[in-house]
Formats: sequence, C-alpha cells, structure tokens
Amino acid sequence: MTVLMKTLGFSVLLILTFAGVTYVLPQMEGAAPEEEVVNVGELTMETFIVMGEQLYQGKGTCALCHNELGRAPDLLALNVTSTSLERLADPRYQGDASDVEAYLRESMLQPSNFVVAGFGTKGSNDTESPMPAIDKPPVQLSALAIDAIIAYLQDKDGNPVTVPLPVEAGDSEVEVEPAVPAPAQSPEAVLAKFGCVACHSVLESVATLGPNLKDIANRQEADQIRDSIVDPGAVVGEGYLVVMPEFPNMTIAELEMIVEFLAMQTGEKS
Amino acid sequence: MIMDSRYWLQRSCRHVPLVLMIAIIGLCSAGFLSTALAQAPEAEQLNITVEAEGVADESSATLLPAPTPQRSDYPNIGASSRNIVWVIAQMHLFFGALVLAVPIFVLVIELIGFKTADDRYDDMAHEFMKVSLTAYAITALFGGTLALSLFLLYPDLMTYLMRAFGSQVLVYAGLFFLESMLLYIYYYGWNALRYGNRKWLHLTLGLLLNAVGTTLLFVANSWTTFMMAPSGVDPVSGAIIGSIWEVMKGPLWNPLNLHRFIANVAFGGAVVGAYAAFKFLSAKNPEEKAHYDWMGYSSNFISILAFLPLPFAGYWLMAEIYAYSQQMGILAMGGILAWLFVVQAVLICTILLAGNFYLWTGMARSEGSERYRWAIKYIATVLILGFLVWVTPHNVIYTASEITRLGGGNHPVLSPLGIMPAKNIAVFLMLIMTFLSFQLYRRADKVITVSWQDWGNALMACIYIVAIANIIFAGIYYGYFTNTVYKVGSSVIQVMSTVVVIVSGVVIDTLMFKGAKNLHVSWGKVSNRSQYALFALPITFTWLMALMGYVRSSVRTHWHVYTVMQDNSPDNFIPTLQTVGNMVTLVTLLFLAFLLFIFWIANLSGTRQLPPLTADRNPVIAESAT
Repeated sequence: MTVLMKTLGFSVLLILTFAGVTYVLPQMEGAAPEEEVVNVGELTMETFIVMGEQLYQGKGTCALCHNELGRAPDLLALNVTSTSLERLADPRYQGDASDVEAYLRESMLQPSNFVVAGFGTKGSNDTESPMPAIDKPPVQLSALAIDAIIAYLQDKDGNPVTVPLPVEAGDSEVEVEPAVPAPAQSPEAVLAKFGCVACHSVLESVATLGPNLKDIANRQEADQIRDSIVDPGAVVGEGYLVVMPEFPNMTIAELEMIVEFLAMQTGEKS
Repeated sequence: MIMDSRYWLQRSCRHVPLVLMIAIIGLCSAGFLSTALAQAPEAEQLNITVEAEGVADESSATLLPAPTPQRSDYPNIGASSRNIVWVIAQMHLFFGALVLAVPIFVLVIELIGFKTADDRYDDMAHEFMKVSLTAYAITALFGGTLALSLFLLYPDLMTYLMRAFGSQVLVYAGLFFLESMLLYIYYYGWNALRYGNRKWLHLTLGLLLNAVGTTLLFVANSWTTFMMAPSGVDPVSGAIIGSIWEVMKGPLWNPLNLHRFIANVAFGGAVVGAYAAFKFLSAKNPEEKAHYDWMGYSSNFISILAFLPLPFAGYWLMAEIYAYSQQMGILAMGGILAWLFVVQAVLICTILLAGNFYLWTGMARSEGSERYRWAIKYIATVLILGFLVWVTPHNVIYTASEITRLGGGNHPVLSPLGIMPAKNIAVFLMLIMTFLSFQLYRRADKVITVSWQDWGNALMACIYIVAIANIIFAGIYYGYFTNTVYKVGSSVIQVMSTVVVIVSGVVIDTLMFKGAKNLHVSWGKVSNRSQYALFALPITFTWLMALMGYVRSSVRTHWHVYTVMQDNSPDNFIPTLQTVGNMVTLVTLLFLAFLLFIFWIANLSGTRQLPPLTADRNPVIAESAT
C-alpha cells in the first residue's frame, strides 16, 4: 500500500505540475469568425478602409505571413502602391493586371500569377506561391471584403484609393464577413470588444500595462476619461508609455456607456 | 510416413507468414474494392437522372455537398459536446496506442528469446502481453462509446464522414474481429506453442497480429487526416468525388502514420516500464527485484530508442502541414496555439531528463561504469541549458516600467533565444547528449578488446565534435543571419547531423563490441529513486500525447473538415491554455486510474486463495481430490 501511495502521489504531483505550467502562460481564446451583415448604404470611404484594416489583421489572416519575420513580403513596411507598379514592370510578370488595384486583386485571387523572388513554394523556383487564394476556403473573403483590403493597402501609405465604394445592391444589404463588429450593448461588452482588459485592471481582470481602472473615478472626472479614450496620448499616467491605440470605430453610444461606467469605479487601489 | 508429415509440417510452418500476409492484404483489398464498386452505380444512376432533366453542369448537380449544419442542428445534452468527445476520444487513443504498441516489441523480445534460447525474454514478453490483454478490452469499450457519442452529438459530421469512407468502416470492423482472434490465440497459445517449430507458428501469429494492428491504426488515421486535409473531395462544395483510396491518401496520412507508429512504441514501452517499476518497488525478494529491474531496463530501452527518432517524424508531419496549408502551420507554430509549445518543451525536457537519470543511476549495476561517471555532469549541464533555452519564450507581456527599462518590447538577450533556431540547437544537442548517455550505459559493462579500439573511439569522438559544431553553426548562421527560407533549411542539416551520430554510434559500437569482455551486471542493485524515473516517463508521455493531439485537432479551427465543412457548434472556438491544461490533466488522471486497474487485474490473475482452515486448523481438502 505504501508503494501504491508513494507512486500515485508522485504521479499526481507531476501531472498537476504540468497543469500548473498552463496557468502561468498568457490566456487567449480564439473565437470562430462570425458572419455579419454590413449595410452598404451606410458605408463611408473612412469606414470602408477601417473595415479593410480589420480584415487584414483578422479574418483575412494576411498579417500572419505578411510581417517582419520574412515569410512573405511585409506589406505594412512597404509602400504598396509604388511596389505594385514595380512588380507590374517586372519582366517576370505574366498576369493580366495593368494597374495597382487590379494587381492587388489578382495577387489575392491568383497568388501564383506573380511570385516575388525568394517567396515561392520550396522547389518551385518562385513559380508557385504558398499563399492560398483568399476567396476560397479557409479564408473565403467576399468580393466586397477584398475591395476593402485593397482600399486599406492603398490608403495606409497616403496613396489615392481607387476602389469605388460598394454601391447599394437590391435589398441594400450585402453579407460580408467579418465586417465592422456590431455595437456593444453593455459597458462590460465594450471593455471586451476593444480589449481594454488586456492592459488595464478592470472588472475581474488584473493587468499592469496600463493604469488601474478599478479606481479611476478617484483620479479622473468623466470628461477626462472621455478625453483619454478619444485621444490616448493627451494625458499619460506617470510611469506609463503611450501604447494605447485609438478606437476610430467606437460608436458614440459605446463611448458614453464606458465613460459613465468608469466614472463610477471607485474600487480598490493598485 | 510420420517423418514425411513432420517434414511437410516444418516446411509449411515457414510459409505460414507469407500465406497469411497475402490473405490479409487480399482481405483489405477486397474491402476497398467493394467500397469502390458499391459507390460507382450510385453516381452513374444520378448522372442519368440529371441528363434527363437537361442540367448542363453534371458534376455539381449529381453529387451531394458537405452538410452545413447550423447551431440549432447540434444536439444539446446539457454539457459541452466537445469536452465529452475530447475525453472519450483521448482515452480510446491512449489505450489504442498501448495495445497496438505492446505486441510490436513483444514480438521482437520473443524473437530475441527464441534466438538466444533465454527463457527470461520469453517470460517477460508473455508478462507484457498480460498487461496488453486487459487494456485491449478497455480500448474496445472506449472505441464503442466514442462512436456512439459522435453519432449522438455530431450527427451531420458523422453522416458526411460515413459518406466519404463508405464501407471502409466495415473493413475496419472486420479487421478488429481478426485482431481480437489473433490477440487471444497469441496470448493463450503462448505456452502451447513455446518450442521448436511451434514457436515459429507462434511468432507468425505475432507478426500477423502486428500487421492487422498496424493496418487498423492506418485506417483510423485516414479519418483524422481527412478532417485536417481532405482529399478526394470537391474543394468548393465538399462533395465526395474521389474513390475511397483517394479519400484516404491525403497529404498528411503517411506522416501521421509514421509519427503515431513510433510514438505508440515509445508510449507502450514507457507504460510497461512503469508496471515493472511498480513490481520492483513491491518486490519481496532479490530474485523478483532482479527480474523487474531487468524488465524495467528493457522497457526503458525500447521507449527511449523509439523516442529518439520521434522528433524527426514530427518534423516531417509539421513540414507537410506547412506544405498543405501555410496558414494552418503558422497557426500551430506562431499563432494562438504557439504557447502550447512552451508546455511541450517542459514535457519533452522532463522525458529526456528522466530517461537520462534512469540511465545514469542504472550504470551503478556494473562496476565498469566508474570509467564513464565523469561525463555525467557535463551531459547534465548541456541538458539543463538546453531545457532553459527551449522554455524561453520569444516575448512576454511586460509592465510599462519593464518596457522602459528594456528599451523595447523584446528582451535583448533572452528574446533571440525564444525563436526556433535557438530551440533547434537546444533540442538537437539534448538528443545527442541522450544518445551519449545511452552509449556510455551500453559500454559500462563491457571491456572492449578489438585492436583498433583507439581509432574507433577517436572516430566516434570526431563524429560527436563535428555534429555538435554543425548543429551550433547551422542554427546560429542560418537562423540569425539569413532569411526565413534558409532558416527552415538549416534544420535539415541539424537533423542529418543528429542522425549521423546515432547511426554511426550504433554501427561503431556493434563492431567494437565483437569479442568484448562482459563485466558482471548486478540486476536489482539499483536505487528505488531510479524507479520513479520510470513513472515520470509514461505520465509525461501521456500528458504530451493529449496535448499534441489537441494541437493537431485544433489547427482545423472552426472547421469539422478543413475548408469544406464548417463547425458551427457552440464549441467551435479555441479554448484558453488553462482550459486545455485542465482537460489534458483530467484525461491523464483518468488514464492513470484505469492503468492502476489494469495492473491490479494483471496481478490478481496470479493470486490464489488458500483453502479455508478446519476447526483443527488443517486445510479443507475437497473430496474429489482424495
């Protein structure tokens, strides 16, 4: 019995130690993309570009490879418009595009039409791209979503956006995914939607990258809180860096809801 | 006449393996063929219908697309369907791995026992099978429960999979019957077929058992890999357009087959090693201790030997995943699942440290080990350093003051250790050091007598030095000073360097051991502490299998069948690491509980109750016995 207890105790302790390792690592949940409806009639070029950026970073999964790690050309570091013109002039280019917009669309739909030297599938001598066609599964973006990404890529370097705003179709609504998220309905949902809990201690979260928000009402009035959200660099707490992003797609209702909520937080101090 | 019959029997016995193998292959082929034939008329009939209706696009009109279930189509039984299937599937996999692996090395041990005429091997192989036999019934029970759970909780998915694999599943069931029959004949016929030609017959049964078991594994793997990388389907609609063979032979099938086959052997060896360690610690006399010490050593030998090539098989699987879908590969290695590889590092390092510790303490069995003890501290240092590099993440979430002090989001020294080139260097050096421990252990009880031993040792030392230099140089130069394309290529050099060390080490030692003087090995004279390493191995293997199985399954993200059938169930998200850790811990604890039950049952079969005593304290003797 002693041997049984000793060996069992040792085994269980080891198992729990491994479980403990998962507790000290960052906790993230990967939600499945949700299909949402965008009212085309309400789109402005500004929101269309924001939608493109969200798709680029999110459902489009472009940033997974197009980053500084060198797996694919880092589009955020390049001037996409001028680089596209260079590619069109490249003698190796055999595609059908004649302008930047068409070239970018073709790159997403038929990635192997032109492969940048050094980025082809291994053994293909840069004739085959490892990038999937993004209108096919698993990415499966709609034509409207692809246009939004093109608009974002053109706009990010200050170049003119040549993609026209989508026109209102038949029933005025076109289904794209994931599009601009629906407005949050509660302060908790706003905090979750904009990822505030990742950096700030608020509600149940404990984070130290940004100031503690559990007692923010002791230090700031509602107007100051509003200013800090609208312009994160306006007032920076002592010992903190300006790493908080702006939230251009936060609705007025969401902003007021969260300001009202934070203005009542007089809880524990950090 | 009698002599003629015996001669014929002898000759026939030697052909039995070939004949039976042909029979098995024939059976499988017939199964696949029947499936293909069964599907053909259906398609033809549908085409005719379409032609009559004058539809232009026949291919898309005639074939059923993959189901598109909505959330409401998933039965809700009040608990997470995914968690239920997760636990049952994992338990089935654990036991399946055990019962498929044990007969593989049992057959090898039996053959060694037969060739060396050493009954210890035969007895040990038989005892291993006793453990496997109880596990077999539990495997089948979990398998049946898993199938019922899947049909209950994911009916649309199962409809689609049944459509894809058709009557292949009946071939699988048939093979299961065959496996059961062979297993029982192999185990219960052990003593009846122990010597001479009968032993050949028994070995043939073992070979067949393994052939059928491995076929079962490969068939089941095809279901898994179809869900990850479907083949034989229309990429847009998910309609099944290929034959059963095209559906089975997806791009990930063979890499997974190899990976699971090797991993099963390592896992099975570790589990029976724990059984031996438990028996060793409970042993009442030196003979028992010696037997179970030797059994534990043999199990560990098998386990570590199978474990060493496992990273290479894993590398191939991951490379094929990248080749199939770069997005899928990046999600696993650089996306939300990447943190799990820090846990994997902790687990693999635990396995390596436990395996090495067991070898070092086991060297105490022979006095000849004194010659090599000095090397242990250096090997241990490399292992510890490798462990530290492997668990170092690329970056962590810093506080504002930490970012200010660091001058950026990445630590200047530790961050470069967090990327793959550094980890590759650490992993391959750890593997080489483990092989060195193994090599020293094998040399500990021998005095080499060949005339060229100095040259042989010098050659071996040179191979180690060149391989280590190669691994470090390739990792640093290609990993940090060239772009990603070369970075990936550098790991091939590192793999080859490690393989060269292992293969040349085995070859050189085999040649050098010819005519070597064997020193006395005192089996049973090993510390109790060393036996806990034999417990650490299966526990860690189990945790690791569950974790990596989860990663393999999760790279499908919100797809039941990647890119062709979406998962719209309430559980179609990737859970947090804590949740994963909890689930993996739960299944490991469950497996441990069932394992203890199996060990207990295996012991119970050897227990005999003493007859009750009469009033004058003499045993009652049955009338029939008088």
